[in-house]
Amino acid sequence: MIHADSEFLQRDRSIHPPAFTPDYKTSVLRSPRRAMISLQSSLSEVTGPAFGHSELGPLDNDLILNYAREGEPIGERIFVHGHVRDENGRGIPHTLVEFWQANAGGRYRHRNDRYLAPIDPNFGGCGRTITDENGFYYFRTIKPGPYPWRNNLNSWRPAHIHFSVFGSGFAQRLITQMYFEGDPLIWRDPMVQGIPDRSAAERLIAPLDLGAAVPLDMLAYKFDIVLRGRQQTLFENKLQGN
Amino acid sequence: MVQPLPVRLQETPSQTAGPYVHIGLIPLQAGFDIFETNFTNVLTGPDTAGERIRIEGRVFDGAGALVRDVLIEIWQANSAGRYNHPADRQESKPLDAGFRGWGRTGSDFETGVWSFETVKPGPIVGRKGHRPMAPHINLWIAARGINIGLQTRLYFADEASANADDPVLNLVERGQQRDSLLARREERDGKTVYVFDIYLQGPNETVFFDV
Ligand SMILES: [Fe+2]
Repeated sequence: MIHADSEFLQRDRSIHPPAFTPDYKTSVLRSPRRAMISLQSSLSEVTGPAFGHSELGPLDNDLILNYAREGEPIGERIFVHGHVRDENGRGIPHTLVEFWQANAGGRYRHRNDRYLAPIDPNFGGCGRTITDENGFYYFRTIKPGPYPWRNNLNSWRPAHIHFSVFGSGFAQRLITQMYFEGDPLIWRDPMVQGIPDRSAAERLIAPLDLGAAVPLDMLAYKFDIVLRGRQQTLFENKLQGN
Repeated sequence: MVQPLPVRLQETPSQTAGPYVHIGLIPLQAGFDIFETNFTNVLTGPDTAGERIRIEGRVFDGAGALVRDVLIEIWQANSAGRYNHPADRQESKPLDAGFRGWGRTGSDFETGVWSFETVKPGPIVGRKGHRPMAPHINLWIAARGINIGLQTRLYFADEASANADDPVLNLVERGQQRDSLLARREERDGKTVYVFDIYLQGPNETVFFDV
């Protein structure tokens, strides 16, 4: 059986970028160098925050409309959807999924982004939703553009959407990025290249999903997310005392 | 050949939150107002039980420079030491309905200071067969240059006897490493502030946990 307070399976760090990836220069001084201390799950790790629909607004999962002022944003309209599961293959219901991105020109609405591509007056670039009872989510947005960044002089990020996901325990907390099938910048990107396992990196690339496209309106991409799973406990649950 | 084990899925790889994490998670700090409800660094409401505290700190990189674009989230038990989560079955302790126990903030773009308004958590039952855990707050740190979110714990320096028995602190070498997990208490204008600076790298490197 897998209980709500079952311990997490140990994280397989070989499928994540290590802290120190010198080709991504900012990681050089921001990477811890000591060995982490491995902890068995306690209540502090198996619990985590829950969020309710009442905390979200009706347009929070619609980036085409949630910052529209005089009109709609410029760019390719897309539908993004997927399934949030744990490593045990179980859908994760009612969990908060947040996303943010550049506009179609590759510019972020952020006081620190000074790229010369213009801000879109009708595009904010962020949204959020809560998975349904089976762990599915969706939102619609504008396809983000690639953008240059100061790493090497001619460094360009592939088009991407940033994702933040919670799960049911704080140890499942994850931030990642979704890339788009067919983008030639993906395998030139030091953040993607930081992932030591190519097949793991491929799981960040969302395929075009024509079956979910809305005819005469927008294309679709499917991005599934897997959070950490829990150990099966065949004996009585051992986590909590007494 | 042996019988095959059931196939597990593999976790989605982490990627850095990047320099613009504020847009998605704390858009007011990115410079615009888009959501009706914003997640904040205030965990308490008017009815929250317990000792009101502020925790604050700064984050430093391996060259000793301030990291001023970091995102920090905290997760904690209430003042009785119970988490607002169905897996916490410490039924002898009250739940505090208005207290989720979670907050989020960014370090200030100028000063690098981050802070939360919360209550001091109570001690929490340990794993079966282990002593109780001393009061602590779980921290999760993401930023540009951090490839996978960092987990650590804030313990309270003025809880010396509870800390001495804490099963997690006792896994950490005494001296600088264990001290890196202790927040020091200050009184400022009649308010209790616990100061917790985080060092990503270097001789004072904070202890991070693989949880
Ligand atoms: Fe980005």
